[in-house]
Amino acid sequence: MKRENKKRTVQQRNSKRLLMSSPLAMLFFLMLGCATDDTQTVTNFTQLVMFDEFSTDGAPDSTLWGFDIGTGENGWGNNELQYYTDRPENVEVVNGILLIKAQEESFEGSSYTSARLLTKDLFEQRYGRFEARIRLPYGQGIWPAFWMLGADIDENPWPGAGEIDIMEYRGQNPSLLIGSVHGPGYSGGNAISKEYTLENDRFDTGFHIFGIEWGPEYINFYVDDVLYNQITPADVTGQWVFNKPFYILINLAVGGSFVGSPNAETTFPQTMLVDYVRVYNIND
Amino acid sequence: MKNTKYINLQFLLLLSLGITFFSSCERDFSDEVVFATFPPNGDVFIDAFSSGLDYFPFVDAGADPEAFSVETEDVFSGSSAMRFDVPSFGNGFVGATFNTTANRNLTSFDALTFYAKASQAAAIDAIGFGIDGSTNNKFQVTLNNLEVSTRWEKYVIPIPDASKLISETGLFWLAEGASFAGDEGGYTLLFDEIKFEKLGTVAQPSPAIFSGQDLTEQTFTGSTVTITGLTQTFNLDNGVNRTATVAPSYFDFTSSDIEVARVSELGEISVIGEGTAEITAVLGGVSANGSITITSSGTLQAAPDPTLPQANVKSIFSNTYVNDTESNFTPGFGGSTTETTVASANGNDVLVYSNNNFTGILFENTVDATALTFLHVDVYVQQAGTEVGIQIRDVGANQMIETDPNTGFPIADDKDFRFDLTGLTVGQWTSFDIPLGGDIATQKNNLGALILTGGPNFIMDNIYFYTE
Repeated sequence: MKRENKKRTVQQRNSKRLLMSSPLAMLFFLMLGCATDDTQTVTNFTQLVMFDEFSTDGAPDSTLWGFDIGTGENGWGNNELQYYTDRPENVEVVNGILLIKAQEESFEGSSYTSARLLTKDLFEQRYGRFEARIRLPYGQGIWPAFWMLGADIDENPWPGAGEIDIMEYRGQNPSLLIGSVHGPGYSGGNAISKEYTLENDRFDTGFHIFGIEWGPEYINFYVDDVLYNQITPADVTGQWVFNKPFYILINLAVGGSFVGSPNAETTFPQTMLVDYVRVYNIND
Repeated sequence: MKNTKYINLQFLLLLSLGITFFSSCERDFSDEVVFATFPPNGDVFIDAFSSGLDYFPFVDAGADPEAFSVETEDVFSGSSAMRFDVPSFGNGFVGATFNTTANRNLTSFDALTFYAKASQAAAIDAIGFGIDGSTNNKFQVTLNNLEVSTRWEKYVIPIPDASKLISETGLFWLAEGASFAGDEGGYTLLFDEIKFEKLGTVAQPSPAIFSGQDLTEQTFTGSTVTITGLTQTFNLDNGVNRTATVAPSYFDFTSSDIEVARVSELGEISVIGEGTAEITAVLGGVSANGSITITSSGTLQAAPDPTLPQANVKSIFSNTYVNDTESNFTPGFGGSTTETTVASANGNDVLVYSNNNFTGILFENTVDATALTFLHVDVYVQQAGTEVGIQIRDVGANQMIETDPNTGFPIADDKDFRFDLTGLTVGQWTSFDIPLGGDIATQKNNLGALILTGGPNFIMDNIYFYTE
């Protein structure tokens, strides 16, 4: 029901939105066109089907975003140190930007608090172009991510459900982006992954667009106007599970096995700024 | 000779043309005028001295001028590197600046970078850029204790605010030596590919004054306070926060009340009126951590003028007498929170102590007080209930301060006498004449220090030993 409502709203605003985003889209497809060869499948994802420009101050739109609260099991499976809340201290929309704030504070037995937003049961889609414009935080032990999980995860536990990490990043490597997929037989440390270094720049000093183009049998990873990886069934060391609906997650973790703990030089609060999240589908 | 004349003639001709041009048509600079700038050359030492660069060892300070050479065997890239042979303890140190005669515009860069390697793991005492005698090191940057390893690695010294560096000559400097017997010395330091670069990854500036502390200070009109602990911190692309000590001229200082206190470009605060003013700073558009709130109680009255003849006195601190010895008023004892400034009120110097827990006055030469009987000191306080402890220390024949770190009492051949300055009246000078009694009654020929405890805020003047 909620999804239907959302879609209707989207279509009302669609024409204006598409006009605004078309130069970017054209640029992107122009680039992609140059890089195309026989083995690539290219689809034009130009129909905007979901977007959040975070234009209303306060809590994020509850028809689109839910929250994970607490510490999960073993720090969300990664020994993460933060307690996730939905308090304005950790998540709020201000001046058109979604702020996810990691705080150093004693809270429910944890030393840090932060937030994790997800569109589970609110927006789920198979295939499409998923992108967000984000300015990342920085510092040892800071771990933001923009990612997706298979919507059948409750019946089909991770890693079987599949995971697409559109953007992962370690605060101690502020110029390095990591894009990955996890699935049965290729999860955790064995994920299919690629790193991208932003030359002479960093991800915490300005906004960057992180996205994927996902169709049958391929996922393209891009940042800004750079396509830096394509993953296909031939690349994964197990079953290809990216052929069903996925939902979106955006979170800012502190510590954990992937990044290590913060140290004395990590400053708090650390804030992840999300300008927008947009999802496009194939234009048919 | 002929050639030179020819050039001069040409130059004169050009100059006269220019003069004619300007005098014949009076006008303002148009919007299109672009002022000439110095060249944006970032190279310092790639495979040779860059254009105009020269070597200036700190010979007057005791640096070994022979310590520097050009290395051609062990280089990071190209044909040569800079080599410094750090002397062993007691044999001088490596200390030099590399300055150019052709000024450089460094505004398009964000860091000084270089590759370095040492023959043993070492921490370079001080390294940076911006030594320039003609500007009194206006834009000096110093990195302390830079750790270098035994393999070639790249190091980054960020520029605090490149927009200031339009005409620079001091491109690279360092000081490294064995400062005590166990310190590293007798090893080789190599540098290669020294240059200013635009990295794009020097980010998240976090400047600080007073090392990020928010201080308060009671003072009086006519005194000056120096802003210390000036640093700029950047986060580098390897996650390291790099903090350098930077010159005050990188900062813009602000006083919340310029009728109470004003700050110069050099970070000197002049207290000019009664009241309270907060001093804050900005570097490159970023507010600095740290501040000082100065409360001035107006003009400080002068301490009573000493009346004893010079012959009866061995003075430590007084404008009335010739000093018997110079002293160190800021010994920097570990754990000390004290801030000490010498302030001048109407031409008379006083010692201003703030936030004291313990500090001392260390005599550079010991005072033989065998023929003397008293220590005189004048004390001024602004808070009721202030009490100050004073310990007169005789350091014995070995001339060394020896203290039990657990009890604080003198050990070995040291003796002391302790006295509390109490009954102080707020807003007035109180004079004390402390007998050289107790343990120093019979051992006062090697007086080496006065230890000051308590307070925490007080002003002292006219500190001298005497006989009636």
